[in-house]
Amino acid sequence: MSSRNRELLALLPASLLLAGGFAAVFIQNSEKLSTLSLSYAAIYLGLCLAGHVVVRITVPNADPYMFPVVAVLCSIGLVVIYRIDVDLARAQAQWFVVALIFFAATLVFLRDYRKLERYRYTIAAVSLGLLLLPRVPGIGQQANGAFLGVRLPGGMVFQPTEFAKIGIVIFLASYLRDTRQLLVQGGRTIAGITIPRIKHLGPLLLIWGAAMLMLIFIRDLGSSLMFFGGFLAVLYVATGKVSFPFVGLLLFAIGAWFLGTHVGHVHDRVDAWLNPFDPVLYNRPGGSYQLAQSVFAQADGGLLGKGLGASILGLPGGGTLVPAPQTDLIYSVITDELGLTGACGVLLCYLLFVARGFKAATVARDSFSTLLAVGLTAVFALQVFVIVGGVTRVIPLTGVTLPFISYGGSSLVANFVLLALLLLVSDRARRPA
Amino acid sequence: MNKPIGRLFGLVVILFAILVGFTSRWTVFEAKSLRDNPLNRRVLLEELEIDRGTIFAHDGTVLAKSVKGPGKTWKRQYPQGPLFVQSVGWSFPAQGIPDTGTELFRRDALLGRSDSLSSAWVRIQGHQKVGNDVKTWFDQEAQRVALRDLAGRAGSVVALDPRTGAVRVMASVPDFNPTDLNTARKDPTSPLLNRATQAGYPPGSTFKVVTAVAAIDSGKYTAASTVDGKSPQTFSGVPLNNDDKVDYGPVDLTTALTFSINTAWANVASDLGRDTMGRYMRRFGFDAKPQLDYPDSQMVSSGARVKGSIVPPTDPNVDIARLGIGQDKLSVTPLQMAEVAAAVANRGVLMKPRIGDRIIDPDGRTIKRIGSEQQSRVMKPSTASIVTEMMKAVVKEGTGTAAALNGIEVAGKTGTAQIDPLQNITQPWFIAFAPADHPTIAIAVTVERSLGGFGGTVAAPIARDVLEVLLRNSVGG
Repeated sequence: MSSRNRELLALLPASLLLAGGFAAVFIQNSEKLSTLSLSYAAIYLGLCLAGHVVVRITVPNADPYMFPVVAVLCSIGLVVIYRIDVDLARAQAQWFVVALIFFAATLVFLRDYRKLERYRYTIAAVSLGLLLLPRVPGIGQQANGAFLGVRLPGGMVFQPTEFAKIGIVIFLASYLRDTRQLLVQGGRTIAGITIPRIKHLGPLLLIWGAAMLMLIFIRDLGSSLMFFGGFLAVLYVATGKVSFPFVGLLLFAIGAWFLGTHVGHVHDRVDAWLNPFDPVLYNRPGGSYQLAQSVFAQADGGLLGKGLGASILGLPGGGTLVPAPQTDLIYSVITDELGLTGACGVLLCYLLFVARGFKAATVARDSFSTLLAVGLTAVFALQVFVIVGGVTRVIPLTGVTLPFISYGGSSLVANFVLLALLLLVSDRARRPA
Repeated sequence: MNKPIGRLFGLVVILFAILVGFTSRWTVFEAKSLRDNPLNRRVLLEELEIDRGTIFAHDGTVLAKSVKGPGKTWKRQYPQGPLFVQSVGWSFPAQGIPDTGTELFRRDALLGRSDSLSSAWVRIQGHQKVGNDVKTWFDQEAQRVALRDLAGRAGSVVALDPRTGAVRVMASVPDFNPTDLNTARKDPTSPLLNRATQAGYPPGSTFKVVTAVAAIDSGKYTAASTVDGKSPQTFSGVPLNNDDKVDYGPVDLTTALTFSINTAWANVASDLGRDTMGRYMRRFGFDAKPQLDYPDSQMVSSGARVKGSIVPPTDPNVDIARLGIGQDKLSVTPLQMAEVAAAVANRGVLMKPRIGDRIIDPDGRTIKRIGSEQQSRVMKPSTASIVTEMMKAVVKEGTGTAAALNGIEVAGKTGTAQIDPLQNITQPWFIAFAPADHPTIAIAVTVERSLGGFGGTVAAPIARDVLEVLLRNSVGG
């Protein structure tokens, strides 16, 4: 069976998942089954088929697993968001269509994605600009002390970090393709550690500085970890030296420690992470309430979960029990309703996506393509780790989205662009010579 | 560049394994402690969403039911108001008030929770949102009569079926409407207290039934044995008088009980000794919490109370002669005295008292009969017959004539404990069972701080009225 037919077949389970999920929520809400769930599934399948047709035309040799995995993740997202709030699910469905359009546009207009290299400094500048946008007075928006959103006219909130992550990876892949040899060979080796020349190291130190600045400006440990980790991953693959990411991680840790102890907001997050059940922290605004609720929700799920639509999200009077269930805490809601089993299923989907992303990187025929695929995949994997690790108390909780599942247009569109870029890399690599 | 990519993927696998590990930690390994965390309100919120079962009186009268509250929640209503307020208890979880009474004791059944393994399938299917109903043995008509007769005087009435232990009446005054719980909480007269199980009163002469059982069952006395009933006599170095200082001289035991002769029974108790008295008290259920299907926290033990704790009669602080006539340090609950009457009534066998009759599922099927259970054999059947005859005499010609019923023979014993002799404040008591030869009801009645009242004049008439209703509503053994 050809790759594309395999992809086509794999879209069916995603649609069935959506049909089953909606049916479960309907039964839970109104105690009756409705054929509406089948209609939704049919529409969803139709949209996925449209995406598939574009893939078939533009990147016929691309990896056949990534698009269906994303379809599965999106269907889980739509069902869970519908269960949380019907209006939000409608908006998310519209964003899904918009994201598919961006996906198709990326596939069509960036068929030769290597031309992006020509604009690498422009892309880097725009990305950094995007990152700083939330701090611009008047349009910037602060949530829980972090600056991650930009308020657009019409009340919409745009999350520039989602797009900046792609831009920065493009820049890094391009820059390191040129300098990777110099970084390794140009330096001197002292006690087994290669120290590159300042001339070559400069831009990299600049990126470390940028990450630290982001910590200060955006005040978000999670996003900084995601960006800097992506950078280290690309750097490591480009140079093949463990010492680079090792030193980098050390520098990041020092910076994070300093900020964690000196910047009030970051410090609070760390405090809440260490003592989520401290009554004082629990009751303090911006304290540990969110994290405690996240863990309580997971505890309710157990091995098999309470079933879609059956978990407790709100208070009887109409207040909320679980804050931000459709964005930050969506993983906790999934765990509550689908249990450890469902949560592991979701994580396996992400792992499969990451595996295929790295696979595309290994088969790519040029350095830029490899580094681009590595960077995009690494940033994606780290984003999952940062938010899931945050809500499961592995690391302090910060507000990044769960890719393809969390509610939010910026996240959905940006991640579909990321998917398109990976498919482009994969298609070029697998194209018959 | 492929080797570093492979290693990078390995790192991602490790990171994701950590995520799975932590998710397992919260969902499985630490789930229980998280659910028990005081900050976690989920257990409470789940409970609010359960349509808690109805509590019925035995005739089907609704004592407690659930009605729709805000959102998906339910709240409790008590249609009979104050009628069974302390014994049924209350459940207002939304206000953060702990459950009490039958609401607390039958909580798992009422919430539809089951600890049996067979419910694993129910758990997989999803959580049951409708609880089971509880049918009690309470007789609402007799309870109304008890409350009417108490007429606002603090006190308590407890009636049991001696054959099964079924609790038919459990009244405690002062009472209150459960909707006024917060006001009642601050009331200095303690209306929240279930006087039937939580109040320790001096039993007065009703305790002579215990002494009589010990005397005859131990084989040392018969109903015709002669004892010294002259007055006064000195016990533990202090003179003891009969009521109105009447000197009865030598009397047989039946006469001694009929006229409640203090000095005669003090002699019997002294003669039997601490060990024998203690053995029979324990058989009657003294010195331990009642074995009632009711929260442990809402019951107290009966017995000799020294510095706040119950001690056996072998304790040197106990004056055994005065204990034998219901004085000294005795502190008993109305439920315990009803059990004394019930044990005699049931030919010497004490049944465990029980409020619950059966658990009924939402489809109306009885899923559990609570069943009757023997608590102890207190005395030989022959002893029970002899003591019954003695108690019949009390109602026929002695201090308890006010309890006599038309056409039905009642066996009983009065008591009048002195609370404040200077102000003539007493605690009248009456314990009884009827019909005397085939008893179906045993009862204990007491009233707090009566001004000069006697067991025979204050408590016995209440017992008569309640007995009359219960004998008419008899449910069969």
